[in-house]
Amino acid sequence: MAGTKSQLPALRAQATTMLSRVAHSLYWMSRYIERAENTARLLEVNLQFLADYQTSPEAKLDQHWESLILSTGDEELFEKLYEAADSRTVTEFLAFDLKNPSSIMACVNAARENARMIRDQISVEMWEAINELHLFLKGRSTSAVWKDGPNEFFGSIKQASHLFQGLTASTFSRSEGWEFIEFGKFLERADKTTRILDVKYHILLPSATDVGGAIDTAQWQAVLRSASALEAYRRYYVREILAWKAAEFLIFSDSFPRSLHFCVAQVDDFLRRILGETGARPRTAAARASRRLLADLQSLAITDVLDQGLHEFLMATQTALETIGNEVVDTTMFYPTESAIEEQQQQQQQQS
Amino acid sequence: MSILNPHYDSGVFFDEMFAAGEPGGTRPHYTRLAERLGRLPVEEFDRRRTAVDSAFLRRGVTFTVYNDSQGTERIFPFDLIPRIIPGSEWRRIEAGLIQRLLALNLFLDDVYHGQKCLKDKIVPPALILGAKHFRREFMNFSVPRGIYVHICGSDLIRDAQGNYLVLEDNLRCPSGASYMIENRAAMRRAFPNLFQSYGVRPVETYGDDLLKALLHLAPGKDKPNVVLLTPGVFNSAYFEHCFLARQMGIPIVEGRDLVVRDAHVFMRTTAGLVPVDVIYRRIDDDFLDPTVFRGDSMLGVPGLVNAYRAGHVALANSIGTGVADDKVIYAYVPKLIKYYLGEEPLLPNVNTYLASEPLDRKFILENIEKLVVKSANEAGGYGMLIGPHSTKAECASFREQVAANPRNFIGQDPIQLSRSPTWCDGQLEGRHIDLRPYILYGEKITVTPGGLTRVALRKGSLVVNSSQGGGSKDTWVLHGDA
Repeated sequence: MAGTKSQLPALRAQATTMLSRVAHSLYWMSRYIERAENTARLLEVNLQFLADYQTSPEAKLDQHWESLILSTGDEELFEKLYEAADSRTVTEFLAFDLKNPSSIMACVNAARENARMIRDQISVEMWEAINELHLFLKGRSTSAVWKDGPNEFFGSIKQASHLFQGLTASTFSRSEGWEFIEFGKFLERADKTTRILDVKYHILLPSATDVGGAIDTAQWQAVLRSASALEAYRRYYVREILAWKAAEFLIFSDSFPRSLHFCVAQVDDFLRRILGETGARPRTAAARASRRLLADLQSLAITDVLDQGLHEFLMATQTALETIGNEVVDTTMFYPTESAIEEQQQQQQQQS
Repeated sequence: MSILNPHYDSGVFFDEMFAAGEPGGTRPHYTRLAERLGRLPVEEFDRRRTAVDSAFLRRGVTFTVYNDSQGTERIFPFDLIPRIIPGSEWRRIEAGLIQRLLALNLFLDDVYHGQKCLKDKIVPPALILGAKHFRREFMNFSVPRGIYVHICGSDLIRDAQGNYLVLEDNLRCPSGASYMIENRAAMRRAFPNLFQSYGVRPVETYGDDLLKALLHLAPGKDKPNVVLLTPGVFNSAYFEHCFLARQMGIPIVEGRDLVVRDAHVFMRTTAGLVPVDVIYRRIDDDFLDPTVFRGDSMLGVPGLVNAYRAGHVALANSIGTGVADDKVIYAYVPKLIKYYLGEEPLLPNVNTYLASEPLDRKFILENIEKLVVKSANEAGGYGMLIGPHSTKAECASFREQVAANPRNFIGQDPIQLSRSPTWCDGQLEGRHIDLRPYILYGEKITVTPGGLTRVALRKGSLVVNSSQGGGSKDTWVLHGDA
């Protein structure tokens, strides 16, 4: 990427006064809220699987929790922190553990810290929604979650995220800042939709013979439900839940707002606006990567994906999304990358 | 049961609300409040108190306390009993504050130009030339519009007779204005009806007045860019920085967001560099520019001072104002008012002894246990000895420090700060308070009618600082007198 910046003409014609630092805080604030929501969704999908396995032996149940950790990609960190995967340790790890940077608590803290840095740029309503979510989480713990019913807890997280996104849509000016918010949100959502699909892969793998069986169908239902896609699927296909139809829907639907295709189309749109990419042929590496990914999602069929392997396809998509995110941050960053290091923090604290 | 305390004891202090000689024992401007509180059951009062506290928490009206590496966010304790100032009393305070800020600006202009006050022996030259905050780099530099201090917060206290005295001036980065405005918002929610009938002057004009004062520094510019420069999110006053930036609709920037090119200041935006005309800085002089002041500063902007000297950017407050709010120079302010304005000071100082003067020093050393001793450049209630409340060992330690470094200390008669009824552990008790009004110097000098009343919540304590157990109250300045 080095040098790309200087080769570019001014990124947009009109003068704006959005600080690069502010743009990136908006982007991360938005991503972290979406990430917190999706971690809640991931936990929820597993709970629904478990509901179908009430009669299975304990060991089999714990295997599900292990699969969940695998799909987040954080299995190494988990093994370092906990001995075994079960309902308590996985909830602790994914919901509350600050040592896990993707835990709901860590995400909300990070979103709030970013919001605090740009407190002057966002509306009172947006700030209060994030702050209240933060206060809500501070008052909860793993044991309380399991005592009071985990579904309610995950529901609250999702609701808080939707409240925030709704307030953003209705109180934040449609400016460059908005483009960063939406870009961050859809990039994160695209990534997490691949992971929700991947949970099913990890669970399915040991017993491939079940495909098409009652349990398989129930699981696909759960996957769809945790992406809030069950009704949308039924309306679209007007038929029973079929394994590969469900995957097709979550990957390729061009109208459902959590499908991979829909999210990537949004990512591409906001990325082009941010980078001022108006031509048919992209000038930046970020725009080229996103165009390529979008083209795949527009032209491939589910059979192509299955030939390649669903898991492999999802992994490749995750890598592409990561590249796009990094490239955009690099291209719009006009300040030194070193963030608040310790000494800087101390000096900030010393000031009267 | 109402919240009024039948056993309330005003003690030997000046009580803001209650006075033995008044009808019903209540001062006239508090009678309607007393009536309202008299009808308010304790449970209802508690309910409103809790609602106000949780609103502060939800809105993130907090400051950060750093005891260890993990900062804890706290709300600034807020007391629901307002401090009320009658209109005519306020007009006298206002005139005194305007007079004082005018004189201090003339003094700063003199110190950085002809130094007439030193030649005329009004202030001993050694006190200025050796002062920690004297910036000789700015000798003969003319600040924009000739204004040094644009934002001033002078702390006022009342003695046992109720006279207002100036305790200290804050001419660098006075803080707390955001709490003045947030406290008012909280009171409006807690007692909406009381406000309508009481005739309280609004404080919400502060943001607009501050913006006007800042815009005044960018003459001839069509659409000047004003920014607020913060040390960053880890600063304990970060809430206030954001709050004020939002009130004015200006960007909040950190040092790393700014860059100097050819002695012009720019901010780094997603579209490239955008010029900056006025900086409301909340960073001390020392950290502003690592190429001129502290080289290890990571908060400042290299080249900023150069751009300022070239006249391409204005700073509020100006560099070098600290020389006039040092606690030793404080003792000379009444003389300076006479010298520059030919007027008697409308707001007197607390009686002060200068350790740098041999006679005063002797008096301080001999009477240290009866005096308040302060070091010249400390703030926040640190570096201070309250003789009557201290141990022999503490007094002895300060005696040594004063003898060793007299320039750095002053002694003052202890003032018993007025008290205001305050809700403490389920009942109203008298607690000591002070007042920080906010004075802005733009096209003219304006004083926001109100201010931050700080209250020492610990029984008997005279230290109102938030870092040491202080809280705050809403301050009502009335249109009329009752």
